[in-house]
Amino acid sequence: MSEKVLMKGNEAIAEGAILAGCRHFFGYPITPQNEIPEYMSRRMPEVGGVFLQAESEVAGGNMVYGAACAGARVMTTSSSPGISLMQEAISYMAGAELPCVLVNIVRGGPGLGGIQGAQSDYFQATKGGGHGDYRLIVLAPSSVQELMDLTIEAFDLADIYRNPVMILGDAILGQMMEPVVLRERSKINLPPKTWATIGAKGRPKNIISSLRLDPGELEKHNLALQEKYKRITDEQVRYTTYMASDAETLLVAYGTSARVAQAAIDMARERGLKAGLFRPVSLWPFPYDDLKTIALGSRRVLTVEMSHGQMIEDVRLAILGGRPIHFYCRTGGMTPTPREVLNEIERIVEEGI
Amino acid sequence: MRQVFGRPKSLTDAPTHYCPGCSHGIIHRLIAEVIDELDVRENTVGIAPVGCGVLAYDYFDCDFVEASHGRAPAVATGIKRTVPDSVVFCYQGDGDLASIGAAEIIHAATRGEKITVVFVNNATYGMTGGQMAPTTLLGQKTTTSPRGRDAGSAGYPIRVAELLSSLSGVAYISRVSVTSPANVIKAKRALKEAFKVQINKKGFSLVEFLSTCPINWGMSPLEAMKWVDEKMSVYYPLGDYTQVPEVSR
Ligand SMILES: Cc1ncc(C[n+]2csc(CCOP(=O)(O)OP(=O)(O)O)c2C)c(N)n1
Ligand code: SF4
Repeated sequence: MSEKVLMKGNEAIAEGAILAGCRHFFGYPITPQNEIPEYMSRRMPEVGGVFLQAESEVAGGNMVYGAACAGARVMTTSSSPGISLMQEAISYMAGAELPCVLVNIVRGGPGLGGIQGAQSDYFQATKGGGHGDYRLIVLAPSSVQELMDLTIEAFDLADIYRNPVMILGDAILGQMMEPVVLRERSKINLPPKTWATIGAKGRPKNIISSLRLDPGELEKHNLALQEKYKRITDEQVRYTTYMASDAETLLVAYGTSARVAQAAIDMARERGLKAGLFRPVSLWPFPYDDLKTIALGSRRVLTVEMSHGQMIEDVRLAILGGRPIHFYCRTGGMTPTPREVLNEIERIVEEGI
Repeated sequence: MRQVFGRPKSLTDAPTHYCPGCSHGIIHRLIAEVIDELDVRENTVGIAPVGCGVLAYDYFDCDFVEASHGRAPAVATGIKRTVPDSVVFCYQGDGDLASIGAAEIIHAATRGEKITVVFVNNATYGMTGGQMAPTTLLGQKTTTSPRGRDAGSAGYPIRVAELLSSLSGVAYISRVSVTSPANVIKAKRALKEAFKVQINKKGFSLVEFLSTCPINWGMSPLEAMKWVDEKMSVYYPLGDYTQVPEVSR
């Protein structure tokens, strides 16, 4: 299985989930990710799986919670306003340590916003979103191939760490078509789901709950969660670089912005400007240490985002004043062009900042 | 010596936290007896609500999940669709089911989810201290309707059994109370029917229990039972409510 097929980003996510053994999908329609539930409604019956259109994202998220309790490989997908409604279930799943895969094909906000691609849900995805001290593993693909590969891997990560994993895409990635290689999933040993609530036959009952009325117990539970998050931080930091080793101007961008940044870097290099890219792939855990090392090898940093500066807060935390950090963005569903980013590179180089 | 009365296998020996005279405890026992008699404890999964029943998982000796406020039917859907041969029941209060979870219960019912819902209607929000519920009777005083529920501003109490029985996915709905031995026997019969309907994969089933909350009603346990008979059962008539014609199902 290594043929190349032309696929839309949203379809690559859906087929990736099927390849990963996901057999339960719950979701509610919202643009720009409707291709995913539509694909699943067709595909799930073919593989003996379950597709169910929920009455809302609130319900959909809680159906995911239920299926995860029963040990299913389960996914839901949505876009920004729908993900806001799902925060209740997400917080409960993080609290009850349930594995699941969530996909946010981000559109411009706030509120109903628009339907074009944006990156304005970074805070929501990486800094909480719902209530309580919890973390999601957040992965940011920047190509259709990566949408599929990271979706496949997300299911394993969710099972390994018993934690929800979010794929943070955007409308552009979801809608674009690129050739994709369908890869066989590499088999890894996953912990058995002995905790699942499927009936207590032959064992003591299992209880899944995020409730700890005793503050001491709840603190202990939170400490255990933090230990897990530390382990994930040690083991799952991911990023890529492009022409970063000799870069004087280091661009930091993820997802669609990273594609634009890379095109701008090529244009800059043609003009003799040494620009390079640091692309975080795991937004949580964020690659603080590696970004710091690479940024200190450059003269200046330029963060490019499709939001008014969300990831830049992590970039600042990584570099801690070690280098000047500049910012360029387009928002509301507007995408920066390579030309605009190049202009910004040229400006900060000329001004010597 | 033959034992003629004891704790059902499906109940643990944990002392419950329910107030004196509260019928949550009686309802728990009936559920456990039905699970035992149908011999399904080992493939039953219960869903606890947010409300006074939140700790139900401590009292039942079967797999249990604690859901967020009102979402038990959605959680039950996820479980049942993953393990279709399991027996899944939700335990929900009136705030949980008829207010914040109104959408989830209606859609689980209309989809004909093969789950059983135990709906405990005590006309108030017990756990949070006796605020007005969607099922609070007109004129009933609560901490958020201190002058009595006024239809002009708070609208009318919801009759859940009647409302849901208009949906085609529903296979069985009954409203019962536990105010007398005769009513308890009827209640258990209804509950058993509801579980059987699920086991036989006929569709959605729900039993609405008219239940007491003496603490928040400001009554003695006996007065509370009387209030169920004289007030609640008038607005919420007991009986079966499944009137969906076969043809529309
Ligand atoms: C989202 C959310 N909103 C509000 C609450 C607070 N709360 C806890 S229990 C409850 C009402 C429970 O009343 P009911 O469902 O009637 O059950 P009872 O306690 O009477 O058995 C409320 C409002 C909550 N836990 N979560
Ligand atoms: S507050 Fe009311 S419903 Fe809750 S346990 Fe006490 S009597 Fe029962």
